[in-house]
Amino acid sequence: MTVTDATADTAGTTTMGGSRRSISPKQLYDSYGSLLAIGLLAFVLLVWAPSSLSAFRLENLGKYCALTLASMGIALAWGRGGMLVMGQGVFFGLGGYAMAMHMKLEAAGPGAVPDFMTLYGDGTMPFWWEPFRSGAFTIAAILLLPAVVAFVLGYAILKRGVKGAYLAILTQALAVAFATMLIATIKQTGGFNGLNTFTTVFGSNLYDPDVKKNLYRVAAGLVIVFLLILWQLYRSRYGELLVATRDAEARVRFLGYDPANVKLVAFIVAAVMASVGGAVFVPLAGIISPTNVDAAASILLIAGVALGGRASLIGPVLGAIAVGYGRSALSEAFPTQWTYFQGALFIVVVLLLPGGAASLVSRLRSAWSLVRSKAVRRAPDRVPDSGRLDAEVVA
Amino acid sequence: MSDPSATDDLEVRDLTVDFDGFKAVNGVDLTFRRGRLHFLIGPNGAGKTTLVDALTGLVNGTGAAMFRGQDLLTMKSHVIVRLGVGRTFQTATVFEQLSVLQNLDIAAGVHRRTPSLLRARGRVPERVEEALETIGLTALAHRPAGVLAHGQKQWLEVGMLLVQDASVMFLDETVAGMSAVEREETGDLLRRIVADRTIVVIEHDMEFMRRFADVVTVMHSGTVLAEGTVAEIQADQQVQDVYLGTATGAAHG
Repeated sequence: MTVTDATADTAGTTTMGGSRRSISPKQLYDSYGSLLAIGLLAFVLLVWAPSSLSAFRLENLGKYCALTLASMGIALAWGRGGMLVMGQGVFFGLGGYAMAMHMKLEAAGPGAVPDFMTLYGDGTMPFWWEPFRSGAFTIAAILLLPAVVAFVLGYAILKRGVKGAYLAILTQALAVAFATMLIATIKQTGGFNGLNTFTTVFGSNLYDPDVKKNLYRVAAGLVIVFLLILWQLYRSRYGELLVATRDAEARVRFLGYDPANVKLVAFIVAAVMASVGGAVFVPLAGIISPTNVDAAASILLIAGVALGGRASLIGPVLGAIAVGYGRSALSEAFPTQWTYFQGALFIVVVLLLPGGAASLVSRLRSAWSLVRSKAVRRAPDRVPDSGRLDAEVVA
Repeated sequence: MSDPSATDDLEVRDLTVDFDGFKAVNGVDLTFRRGRLHFLIGPNGAGKTTLVDALTGLVNGTGAAMFRGQDLLTMKSHVIVRLGVGRTFQTATVFEQLSVLQNLDIAAGVHRRTPSLLRARGRVPERVEEALETIGLTALAHRPAGVLAHGQKQWLEVGMLLVQDASVMFLDETVAGMSAVEREETGDLLRRIVADRTIVVIEHDMEFMRRFADVVTVMHSGTVLAEGTVAEIQADQQVQDVYLGTATGAAHG
């Protein structure tokens, strides 16, 4: 996948013998080329889209961006860490519900109780709702709550060496349990209806077009911020260690690392990313309910990652936005059948393109090099040494 | 530490590994001393690899294995590595997608503080550069480890132990499958680096053992049959009966 590409590329440019200190343009591209792509995406999301798309389209794109934030965490945990986390809806929900609780209390007004509590209950509010009146507490909860939960869960799961399909099933079961718990606690969490009918977010009127535009900007801006975080993580020594753990966990142990700790870090970061995604999603969508956090919702978050290429940096982002868009378009055209498209997409990607759309580039490259080397073989007088050939093809 | 040479010995006392009643290692006493190339030989199933597995936290054993004042048998694998006891495996397990340099760099991480993991690699660390030089792979530093020849992969594994600064190295059949030239180079490499560490080599290749061993321990059915210099071992009647005869037979057949 991308790692192979990167190492193969540097191999092509190394001069045997004396190690030169100067950096070739190729190496510069390997190190910072991704920043170009991130910059391009930032331009499209933050400059082009707000000035060109209708308010309705922009709001939808904002929702896709919020879902993408969660997908980016999955790309880290699954693509680089080898952990197929199928219950990210749990963390998406933690952030989403924290934000929704705050907005619900804002809508109710100071000292008052959210409407649904008088509707379904006796009009008293559980004590743990109270701190969410504070915006600062809410933001802290959005960041810290998933980290703490992910640490406890991840510690219990990863230290026991649970991995592969077992990890996938276990995390998915957590999502089912979380959604079931929400449905069962209608007096405290709004139950199946979830939390909705908000009026303001941090004091700004939700129905103001400028506020809506700013909400979009926050979601899109966070996609770029998360991309930069992942970029640094992937190029760091930790990123290499994570890939090494994914590929040969037992070997990593004999380098003096506890592989469980290496994976735990990725698991926690992925959880916080999902939580932030949920928090950004709520004001854009105007609702969060158990259907946003259950097993099906969690799988939808994975779909974009698989489509875009789980181990690549940009791929999962484009994949997740595409899946969000495709879901809207298909569900408008085929309201009842669109889940079949989702299933078909999964099968096609897994069977034909396990590395995702991002792997198309390297696949085409190797196909091209095959064609080239055949052409070269047919013209024996211009056979270069194989090292030069590699460098040419890669360039 | 006032006298590192004394504490860097690895003392194994009454080590027993019990697999549901089958004693793969049975009451072994052994001392691995610093500065010696210590060969561990014996027929298949003698318990050599199991012994090393027990000393590196892969299987549970009873008894004691004292190194730097701590009992390795009570510790987890990665803690044992951090203490300075490293190993290789029968099949070379380098990270094939990473470059030779990255492989060594990851191994050097034991001595790195956690926050620095979040930074990208800047310059090549000195320790890594030295190891590259020692194992003779400097020219291949940026190649993916997967394209290395079999022998080079084994050298890379030794290099990874070097950057870990392992004081005790267990090498499990490192020269198996190597050409005669590669074996010779491996032996020279081990000779060069053994001065300030303990190297334990599990080996089937008798010629390699004769050329390079300082001390030889012969294992049979989970116990130590004999220990001594190459000459002493070769003269030992018991060893000839149990092992060397069959081994030469196998080598010819």
